[in-house]
Amino acid sequence: RAGMAAALLLLLLLLAACPGPGRAGAGRERRDTLREELLLSPLPTGDVAATFQFRTRWDADLQRGAVSHYRLFPKALGRLVAALGVRELHLALTQGFWRTRVWGQPPLQAPAGAELWVWFQPAVTDVDKAWKELSNILSGIFCASLNFIDSTNTVIPTASFKPLGLANGTDHHLLRYAVLPREVVCTENLTPWKKLLPCGSKAGLAVLLKAERLFHSSYHSQAVHIRPVCRDASCMAVSWELRQTLTVVFDVFSSGQGKKDWSLFKMFSRTLTDACPLASQSKVYVDISPKNKEKELLEVTPPPTSVHEAVVQGDKKTYAVYDLLSPLLFNTSRSLNVQLKWKRPQDSSEMPIPVLHAQRYVGGYGLQTGEICTLIYNTHPYRAFPVILLETVPWYLRLYVHTLTIITKGKENKPSYIHYQPAQDRRRPHLLEMLIQLPANSVTKITIQFERALLKWTEYPPDPNHGFYVGSSVLSALVPSVIPMKDVDVEQSPLFTSLFPSSDGSSYFVRLYTEPLLVNLPTPDFSMPYNVICLTCTVVAVCYGSFYNLLTRTFHVEEPSRGGLAKRLANVIRKLRGVPLL
Amino acid sequence: QVQLVVPVAVVFSPGSVPGDLPSPLPFRDVQEMEISVNLRTSVTSRYEMAYQGTTAQEEAAMAVTTAREADAALRPLQDVSMGSLTMYVVPENSSLLPQGTSVYVGRHRSALVRAGGGLAALHARLRQVTQVMSFTATSIAAALSDRVPDGRLSPDARRSLKSSLGYEITFSLLNPDPKSHAVDWDIEGAVNRYVKPVLDKLSLVANFSVDSQILYYAVLGVTPRYDKESSSFLLSAHSLPHVINPVEARLGSSAASLYPVLNFLLYVPERSHSPLYIQDKDGAPVSTNAFHSPRWGGIMVYNVEAPASPQASLPLQVDVDMARVMEVFLAQLRLLFGLSREELPPEFLLESPGNEGLADWELDHLLWAHTVENIATVSTTLTSLAQLLDKIGNIVIKDDVASEVYRAVASVQSAMAKLAVGHLHSAFQASKEAVTSSERAFFDPSLLHLLYFPDDQKFAIYIPLFLPMAVPILLSLAKIVRETRQRKKEPTKMD
Repeated sequence: RAGMAAALLLLLLLLAACPGPGRAGAGRERRDTLREELLLSPLPTGDVAATFQFRTRWDADLQRGAVSHYRLFPKALGRLVAALGVRELHLALTQGFWRTRVWGQPPLQAPAGAELWVWFQPAVTDVDKAWKELSNILSGIFCASLNFIDSTNTVIPTASFKPLGLANGTDHHLLRYAVLPREVVCTENLTPWKKLLPCGSKAGLAVLLKAERLFHSSYHSQAVHIRPVCRDASCMAVSWELRQTLTVVFDVFSSGQGKKDWSLFKMFSRTLTDACPLASQSKVYVDISPKNKEKELLEVTPPPTSVHEAVVQGDKKTYAVYDLLSPLLFNTSRSLNVQLKWKRPQDSSEMPIPVLHAQRYVGGYGLQTGEICTLIYNTHPYRAFPVILLETVPWYLRLYVHTLTIITKGKENKPSYIHYQPAQDRRRPHLLEMLIQLPANSVTKITIQFERALLKWTEYPPDPNHGFYVGSSVLSALVPSVIPMKDVDVEQSPLFTSLFPSSDGSSYFVRLYTEPLLVNLPTPDFSMPYNVICLTCTVVAVCYGSFYNLLTRTFHVEEPSRGGLAKRLANVIRKLRGVPLL
Repeated sequence: QVQLVVPVAVVFSPGSVPGDLPSPLPFRDVQEMEISVNLRTSVTSRYEMAYQGTTAQEEAAMAVTTAREADAALRPLQDVSMGSLTMYVVPENSSLLPQGTSVYVGRHRSALVRAGGGLAALHARLRQVTQVMSFTATSIAAALSDRVPDGRLSPDARRSLKSSLGYEITFSLLNPDPKSHAVDWDIEGAVNRYVKPVLDKLSLVANFSVDSQILYYAVLGVTPRYDKESSSFLLSAHSLPHVINPVEARLGSSAASLYPVLNFLLYVPERSHSPLYIQDKDGAPVSTNAFHSPRWGGIMVYNVEAPASPQASLPLQVDVDMARVMEVFLAQLRLLFGLSREELPPEFLLESPGNEGLADWELDHLLWAHTVENIATVSTTLTSLAQLLDKIGNIVIKDDVASEVYRAVASVQSAMAKLAVGHLHSAFQASKEAVTSSERAFFDPSLLHLLYFPDDQKFAIYIPLFLPMAVPILLSLAKIVRETRQRKKEPTKMD
């Protein structure tokens, strides 16, 4: 037996010594790909929106836990997904508010502050624990206060957030959604986000991501989306997709002395010199679609490598495309500085209004009760469509559900689906989800009254007089398209069109966020306890002092003398008045 | 007081029994050794020697030509429990051992020792072998390095990793210049082929997880110096400490676990800086082109050969020779676990650990050190917890924290009892449990809340009460003092 063991050992040694099985040489098949893309779209108001998308696709099954060798996919996120059984993760950190009415439908909107929604694997037994752990780890990775996500701001939506990736079941108990509207986004969140990119900010489109320019903008939103996708058309195997997106809106109109012309250098104070060497696709799209049927108003320089036409969110769009990987682009000049000039001043009156937009505000007066009003506009000339409204309200605003009214065109509009989960004090927030039918060309007004609760004095955040934020409400809708859309191949089409799955040719998916609300709560005077302590203590001390004196003094009869100062003073007055002296 | 007991069986083959044995075989004997760490801590080691003659089977097993074969053949006949050792004494003229070597340490828990020079010489030799195969004074001191006074410990002793329940091993390929080098490494195969056998063996000591990543545009923190003579770039030894910091920021922390991370970096220098060589303190190039950082990991520089023709298209395809890389990384891994095979007398011959990368007795070596270190850690943790309780009287200890503390104490006691009877494996398990319980007790969140209301702040709040109240008391005190003084003066006046 010993001899056999020795022989086996020898065999093992021999195996270890000989080189590994035949390796594919230079043409080794990559299992992960990176695509990077920048979309520049001039907005009707003269601002410019820049949307970066970096998409890493990895043909490996992250879930098994056996995969631990990372190339383009960042290890920190990969381990997170594997360790906590995450099926889909969407994290957005946003500063500012996307003004849908004037800027139009955003390619990707996120609510102000931090938003996190995660679908877990069915195998995860304790979803709440995994959710807590996940938010803690993410807050470490992104330097954000996501660790403040707890049961008081976490909800389980039933209809609004469907998995965006591959999913075989949609049991909403595996979903968690939380928004932190108070979160401030700044450079310290951008740096770790950039670090997740394979090329960092050293090459490719990411060189434009210069923090001091990005945060000098009207809107900044950075996001991470992780989801499983089909590996190929037959969808027999799963690939994992990581999308890092970043949207900024620059106000070039006011910074450019009233001119709407812009260039890459003006906005980012950098220009593009090359593509990320790891990327299989690196493109810049510039939206040059004519706003009305007239001839083009704007011109871009240098001439684009190609022109791409697509129907995006119900609109026919034309894009000038610069392919950074094409050798032609850098032939003439070493760097690419896309410039756009308007041929004649644009009429702001011809601004198209998006089909679906919304608005929200707090009504009422005083510090006891109030009212949340939401206005949803459907500007489609002849089509009605349903919309799902998700409203999360913290527990300290006590909603009166019986006051919920939905009025469209002066008539009551009964929601076809309603899900309400009442709040529990200090435990969980209110959750209200409704499916509302929006008639064509209408405004729907939703109001609900609330009462403000009194908090314990330790529950107030720093600076409580600033007010308390109520997160944005979420509108999800399949908006009917005026122009029929073609089914597009996800791998071929530009990235900005392919995050939300399109259902059919006649409608497109839109998710909108309304403004966050700032509500004042009755706030006590926080120095009061100390004042009270001081005052009571002084009173007690004075009482004590006189009592003490009373107890310890020895009283004895004083011989009448010439009298003190008081007596002499009294005598002077008496003398003046002509009264007998004391 | 920790007592480490090593059971040693000494087997004399025919013709090797020294003439001056105190009693006829078999007999038992105990040798003690005191290892003092500092003034208050010392460790006693007891070697329980059992002397006996060979059995017929053992004789048959040793009737082979080489030491390696004898080692393999003797393996099934030994006591295989961890921590116990078996020494086979062979005659002085035996041909089993090569010329010039007097001790052969096998792959398992046994050694062949050449007899000769009487009992005293044999004793000395046996003691040396047992120490190499179990623990030495320095390895125990290194394990208790927290308690050793500064300066008494060599820097080598501070190199090995602290004992932990688990380790994460991360291999990172740094490619600062992806435009000119497209570097590929078959890390998955290499891990399975070279690292996994070692870790399987080490899995007894701790949990290991292995992963790898490729980092692009990650540069070292030091610009290498150009050397005209060899037309290469040089990194001198004194600049190496500055190399790690900028890379460290990119490595990414292990967010999902709390175990210490061992980093092994393979650095492919950029085209404008290659070839790159590391110089040692004397200015000579380091043959492996690698260095390690204590308790952190290792870095290896992997130079890419310049293409034959300068017109070769970029990026250059590079396939990393993983055997060469892993050889270096595994050597560094052994170093970081304190398993160096240096400092041995020349007449010792150690069998190479083979595919597993680790001999059985080396595992024991690690277990001895880790058990002692765990016991020391638990005692430190519990002592600081006790000190905390002494300092803050009103801290609340919940029942579960208390039970963790009791469990930790019980586990430590059982670990020490197991060590004192020579059951290394169960002692190690008990010490691991003790560490878990004590850490859980010490880091319990309930021990934190009450810390933040110190007594001086309470006093500050009540100052508005105390201050006005003190005024009349102080005034009357002053009055009393004045009066007594006057009363003292008065009698002299009366006279």
